[in-house]
Amino acid sequence: MKKRNLAAGLLACIWVASVQADPGADVYTKGGANPAALACLTCHGADGMGMAAAGFPRLAGLSAEYMKKQLLDFQSGSRAHPVMLPIASALTEGEMQSVSLYIEQMTTPVYPRINRSAEATSVGERLALRGAWERNIPECVACHGPGGVGVGAAFPPLAGQSSAYLSSQLIAWKRGTRTNDPNDLMGHIAKSLTDDEVKAVSDYFSGLGQ
Amino acid sequence: MKIYLAIAATLIALPVAAQAPVAMDDQSQLAPSVQPPAGADYFQPPLESELPDNAFGALVREGRAIFVDTRNRAPEHVGNGMNCTNCHLDQGRKANSAPLWGAYPMYPAYRSKNDKVNTYVERMQGCFQFSMDGTAPAADSHIMNALSAYSYWLSTGAPTGEVQPGRAYPKVQEPEGGYDLAQGRQVYEEQCAICHGDQGQGQKSGEDFVLPPLWGKESFNWGAGMHRINTAADFIKESMPLGKGGSLTDEQAWNVAAFMNSHERPQDPRLIDGSVEETRKKYHANDGVNLYGVEVNGVVLGQGAD
Ligand code: HEC
Ligand code: HEC
Ligand code: HEC
Ligand code: HEC
Repeated sequence: MKKRNLAAGLLACIWVASVQADPGADVYTKGGANPAALACLTCHGADGMGMAAAGFPRLAGLSAEYMKKQLLDFQSGSRAHPVMLPIASALTEGEMQSVSLYIEQMTTPVYPRINRSAEATSVGERLALRGAWERNIPECVACHGPGGVGVGAAFPPLAGQSSAYLSSQLIAWKRGTRTNDPNDLMGHIAKSLTDDEVKAVSDYFSGLGQ
Repeated sequence: MKIYLAIAATLIALPVAAQAPVAMDDQSQLAPSVQPPAGADYFQPPLESELPDNAFGALVREGRAIFVDTRNRAPEHVGNGMNCTNCHLDQGRKANSAPLWGAYPMYPAYRSKNDKVNTYVERMQGCFQFSMDGTAPAADSHIMNALSAYSYWLSTGAPTGEVQPGRAYPKVQEPEGGYDLAQGRQVYEEQCAICHGDQGQGQKSGEDFVLPPLWGKESFNWGAGMHRINTAADFIKESMPLGKGGSLTDEQAWNVAAFMNSHERPQDPRLIDGSVEETRKKYHANDGVNLYGVEVNGVVLGQGAD
């Protein structure tokens, strides 16, 4: 799972090249009409799986609706980020729509669907599978799905993201630089987590399926 | 139309007739939860890490797993998309969300209403039949043994036969002028639909419901305690939106509970001779505030949704 082999990578490139008729594919591989809308592929990878070491998240496996919302949120500043702000601002709404739909159909690895019936001993496992209800923190899997595979249009996957990316988001909520979650459903949870818990639960989800 | 309804009612009644009657034939309302005395905390159930590594620990762990993953672990007894923990939050541990430690020490329970005594297992069988819209496991089945062991263990140190603060749900007063379905819809759209779906259908990941259905064929049936608007309002005010319990006003909780319970759901398994009217008379007329057999927007509710 961890090491995707060269053949698969090559196949992905050929496949990407063969569907250039899709305007979303154009944005993804070459960038938007405005040159400031850099090609997504540069950072998020030909396979959409991101680059863990650089903190670039995976986009493959995210819902189109969620991605389009994030792009609008980068643009409006409710999700502050120095790299994605200029890129999102340079995309037209039509480009956002088509690139999100394009990314949504990328194939993704399969992650283990660990639910609340599993044992939980470590700090990360306990937050993910038991929550911390004395602080009004539900089990992460109650919204993000078993194994954090994501649910519907509103709840993005956590599995398959790097620990660095997951903690950066939780910290962004704690610091108030990410405030884009609907009805503060996620923000109040991140704010109640200690720094050690942020690391533990991020390690837990990034480690699934590895 | 009338004929069609009669046929539909017979069709619904047929499979029900084959079902074994349950010893506890309703989900009677519990007295509302009370606060602990000043300075005191709610009862604290033991920690999972304290469970022994022996046959008892194993049975308790199995009971916990069934409670949170009922659809997968007791599939032949679950007729809808629910798991026990969907209404008994934090795996049946959370005070004010009908915790198992508040329940277990209160059985066998005497009920003057019908001069009967109901056991703990019968109470759980009731939740299988109504809340889970399924068929109850036998009293001496492994599933019931495991669920009982889990409840017994959660109650470690709790006094027997004494009502604990935090049992059941805290009462939410009905708004002065009654509830308002239109306002309930608005609360639903703004605060609930993102999770429970715009048709109350819940949301799945693969085959598993992650966000449980609130109405329709995959939800609790018309005999479940949650079909009472007052009980649903109590639960919702305390625990919804998930993780943000206590954020709705009493009025919002009542309005949205009424909106939720003004939709169709699986038929009451106690349906008498296919007649919603008879069933209302016997089981619903004196059961809190509910809309079974009541006309809403020109339609009589209680037709079922199977
Ligand atoms: C120069 C590198 C770079 C490029 C090019 C880039 N991104 Fe990003 N993207 C990032 C980084 C870094 C983040 C994480 C932002 C954060 O920490 O909030 C991100 C986050 C995102 C997210 C949010 C993911 C999530 O899980 O919430 C989306 C959606 C996204 N990018 C879409 C795009 C699209 C579409 C393009 C192409 C038009 C693109 N990105 C181009 C670096 C890049
Ligand atoms: C009550 C529901 C809910 C629960 C419980 C929940 N989350 Fe979230 N989470 C959300 C929502 C909604 C979003 C997406 C917010 C948005 O639209 O930008 C989110 C987003 C996230 C993100 C950002 C993902 C990305 O791709 O950028 C992380 C990280 C995260 N959650 C971690 C957690 C962890 C860890 C837990 C458990 C401690 C948890 N969540 C529990 C609702 C929830
Ligand atoms: C649709 C929601 C729902 C589901 C699902 C559900 N229950 Fe319940 N349960 C209730 C309600 C409502 C009550 C009564 C609370 C009241 O009237 O205040 C209750 C009461 C109980 C009680 C008695 C509580 C007491 O203090 O006396 C037990 C025990 C119980 N349920 C066990 C279970 C088990 C076991 C399952 C799974 C097989 C289950 N429940 C599934 C809603 C549900
Ligand atoms: C962030 C997602 C989320 C939101 C928003 C939310 N719920 Fe829930 N709700 C859940 C989850 C998850 C459960 C099951 C809890 C569990 O299994 O731990 C649940 C359980 C329930 C139940 C009992 C189970 C059932 O299916 O009948 C009711 C009733 C309910 N919610 C009503 C509401 C109402 C009304 C609102 C809006 C005021 C609301 N919820 C908002 C996620 C949510």
